[in-house]
Amino acid sequence: MRRRPIFLITVLCFGFAFFYIPILSMMVYSFNGSRLATVWGGFSTKWYVSLFNNRQMMAALLLSLKIAVVSATCATILGTMAGIALARFRRFRGRTLFSGLVTAPLIMPDVITGISSLIFFILLAQWIGWPAQRGFTTITLAHITFSMVYVTTVVQARMSQADRSIEEAAMDLGSKPWQVMWDVTLPVISPAILSGWLLAFTISMDEVVITSFTTGPGSTTLPLLIWSKVKLGVTPDVNALATLTVLVVGVGVAVAGWVLNRAERRRDEDARLAYRANE
Amino acid sequence: MRARLAGWFHRRGWSDLMVALPYLWLVLLFLIPFLLVVAMSVATKTPTAPPFSFGGEYPLVSFADYARLMQDDLYIRAFLTSIGNATLAMVLCLLLGYPMALGLTRVSRSWRNVLLMLVILPFWTSFLLRVYAWMGLMGKNSWFNGLLTEGWNTVVPASWAVTSIPMMNSNFAVVLVMVYTYLPFMILPLYASLERLDPVLDEAAMDLGSRPFRVFLDVTLPQSVPGIIAGGMLVFIPAAGELVIPTLVGNAADPMIGRVISDEFSVATDWPMASAVAVALLLLMVVPMMVYSHYQARSEGGER
Amino acid sequence: MEAVVTGAAPAAETETPFIRIEGVSKTFGTFQAVRDVNLTIRRGEIFSLLGGSGCGKTTLLRMLAGFEEPTAGRIFIDGQDMAGVPAYDRPVHMMFQSYALFPHMSVEKNIGYGLKHEAMSKAQREARVREMLELVQLAPFATRKPHQISGGQRQRVALARALARQPKLLLLDEPLAALDKKLREHTQFELMSIQERTGVTFMVVTHDQEEAMTLSDRIAVMDKGQVKQVGSPTEIYEFPQSRFVAGFIGSITAFEAKVVSVTGETAEVEVPAFAATITARAVPGLVAGQKVTLAIRPEKLTIRQERPAAGNVVEGTVKDLAYFGKDSLYRITLPSGDLVAVHAVNAKRGTEALRVADWYDRVWLSFEPGAAILLVE
Repeated sequence: MRRRPIFLITVLCFGFAFFYIPILSMMVYSFNGSRLATVWGGFSTKWYVSLFNNRQMMAALLLSLKIAVVSATCATILGTMAGIALARFRRFRGRTLFSGLVTAPLIMPDVITGISSLIFFILLAQWIGWPAQRGFTTITLAHITFSMVYVTTVVQARMSQADRSIEEAAMDLGSKPWQVMWDVTLPVISPAILSGWLLAFTISMDEVVITSFTTGPGSTTLPLLIWSKVKLGVTPDVNALATLTVLVVGVGVAVAGWVLNRAERRRDEDARLAYRANE
Repeated sequence: MRARLAGWFHRRGWSDLMVALPYLWLVLLFLIPFLLVVAMSVATKTPTAPPFSFGGEYPLVSFADYARLMQDDLYIRAFLTSIGNATLAMVLCLLLGYPMALGLTRVSRSWRNVLLMLVILPFWTSFLLRVYAWMGLMGKNSWFNGLLTEGWNTVVPASWAVTSIPMMNSNFAVVLVMVYTYLPFMILPLYASLERLDPVLDEAAMDLGSRPFRVFLDVTLPQSVPGIIAGGMLVFIPAAGELVIPTLVGNAADPMIGRVISDEFSVATDWPMASAVAVALLLLMVVPMMVYSHYQARSEGGER
Repeated sequence: MEAVVTGAAPAAETETPFIRIEGVSKTFGTFQAVRDVNLTIRRGEIFSLLGGSGCGKTTLLRMLAGFEEPTAGRIFIDGQDMAGVPAYDRPVHMMFQSYALFPHMSVEKNIGYGLKHEAMSKAQREARVREMLELVQLAPFATRKPHQISGGQRQRVALARALARQPKLLLLDEPLAALDKKLREHTQFELMSIQERTGVTFMVVTHDQEEAMTLSDRIAVMDKGQVKQVGSPTEIYEFPQSRFVAGFIGSITAFEAKVVSVTGETAEVEVPAFAATITARAVPGLVAGQKVTLAIRPEKLTIRQERPAAGNVVEGTVKDLAYFGKDSLYRITLPSGDLVAVHAVNAKRGTEALRVADWYDRVWLSFEPGAAILLVE
């Protein structure tokens, strides 16, 4: 009696068309020979050539990667600490404020975080002379601050699902609390830490509003460069850049998804075999 | 000395550090900057650098900027535009996202994993580039605009015919792109709450005489309210404070509140005014947040 | 067209069978869940489908409810062909194994849910809900949500909800499985008394033979999608027609045997494991020289220390004994090495010394000719 949910399938198809037609259109137009970004002028790969010859673009990409790696790593360390602390330490002084502080950046509009960081850095420079100039350091500090709370969220969620009794077992077998943390807890939540790092990295690579407030002369990240180009309108080399981004991310996510899917299937299969063996 | 340090570490130093490091970081780089903004909102603009002071006379603070906020048409309109656009985007996301999330629970397992990945995929690509993709589609000469124009011209009488549809730089464009970029935020929590529902309940309702649509209204919809609230908040909150989308595709004459804050700060260098608007925006967002956490607490309480 | 009337049931009960299942099969892909099932169910009886997991009983139930459409065959309820009738239009309601109570609705809302589709006034509807609440003794809990009541109360809400619309047939999917043992016994009798009071035809699906035996007027034992035997609990227990049914209901010990001779009502059978020839009640179609199975239930055997004078007698040694209080289970090793189980009621009060037999005792087992079951299938 199960009927095919035709309406739902139709909406799903429409939704996915809505998701992907703009992206596909952008990819097609990245091979447009015409200078006018929206008028088709024959197939050409010249925008890709000009993209790779654009030294400003390459420098921006490099800066973005540097900031993303450094900030994601620091954010992962700090965020994991906070996540574990919130999940495992039931009571400590100022817990309420702390849990507020790790949620607030998630919902704070970028503009407000941006101007508050800028005001903070300017006043700090006035009072203690540091940071004398805004740039790599200030951008990285700001990025760490807002991306660490994403890591915290991921780690905390994983921690609350993890089986507590294995930690108690380790403690029962004579490990000191911090050894339990190192030997048992961290390995168990390592997938969450890894996805936290990836999340922080992606967010940092993509961030434009807060970066635009905390940057200084000479420090142009890739999103800032795209932002300044795009504000003036549609340009073909951004199409080419977008196509490359989508391809890199798409391949990465597809591979990750395939690996995870396979691991899950294998786990199901193993469980079934084990169950059968028990019967 | 080393032994004493190790002893302290073993006892509780490590756990103190785990809390203290991220705590200090957030206080220093998030809380203090935020409090500076709150303080700034009651300062007075001066032509100095940095461009503010706390007056010379008692009580040193000034609420003039908040008063201006209530009276000046510009700010009131910006707030209304923000709330309007964000609400519209939220409702449209719900109307499109709900059937999509429900559809995802009805397809086979292997398809479901692929489709979920396709929902999440845009998250990992650049937000800026996703907005940009629509700039290409909405432009006057684009194939998409051409298609829509042709469609429009065939349905309406000849006198209404247009050469292209003016989509860019309008609130329509802002809402459209918001729906596009925030739709996954709606689909994912909805999917999570719909997937948990027991399909046997649908059968029970059908067994008791309800047709499929009735089953949806009586059983599925009421149980997915927490998902609807979560998704709605996840769309509304970032949409209300959005800066990038209105800057790129919005109408500069009818700005949203994020744009106003940014302009007051950078263009007009009126830090106190920008701060006052920012505080007002936050207060505005506290209301839906409280609704959200109220429902969150209730749904968690109900399961216990 | 005429359904076959089985057994010697009085004519009054079988004018027209209330529910007819004719040649129903169901295939999922290559898997045949139900094969050619024919059943007739009378108005107002409690009918059980009994079988292990995967025997097709749940699929059959779901076809009656309208959640699955048969691949072949037809189902009639009160004379009406159910083919193409969706679940929501059938006069059949179900009590789900998980109860499937709507978690966002109160007890009374749950019970009244099906009544929304009836043409009745608000007052009538409320009266009906109250009546149902009284029936299952849940009136004080009317406004509670399902998660605020106990498992047994939930079960009663599910029952009341399914009964509220006065279905022609109530399907109960493992009605007692989720209850603990003590509550189960009590609930069994309550279910029977509610059935009696409402007169609704019950169809119970269960894997629990005791549950089926106590609840049902008739039982259909299912295996691998087929109905193996239909009959009253006594018929099924005392006169199983196949090894499967004999083994599924209660415990039984089976031996290979060969028919020596058949004379009227009785047959002489040679049982190698007993190293003896036995007299047993014959079954139709038995011929001399035929290989059969001889099955005997533990409580039908009598255990003695001295050899009885005549009758069916087997010698053995006590290998194990388990004392349960009201009775004891002995496991006896036969000379052939086979084991046979014997139940003995401890009718006399006393210490271990008063036991019929002890470990390693040499004993004699005897039984009536009618106690041995001969199985051809």
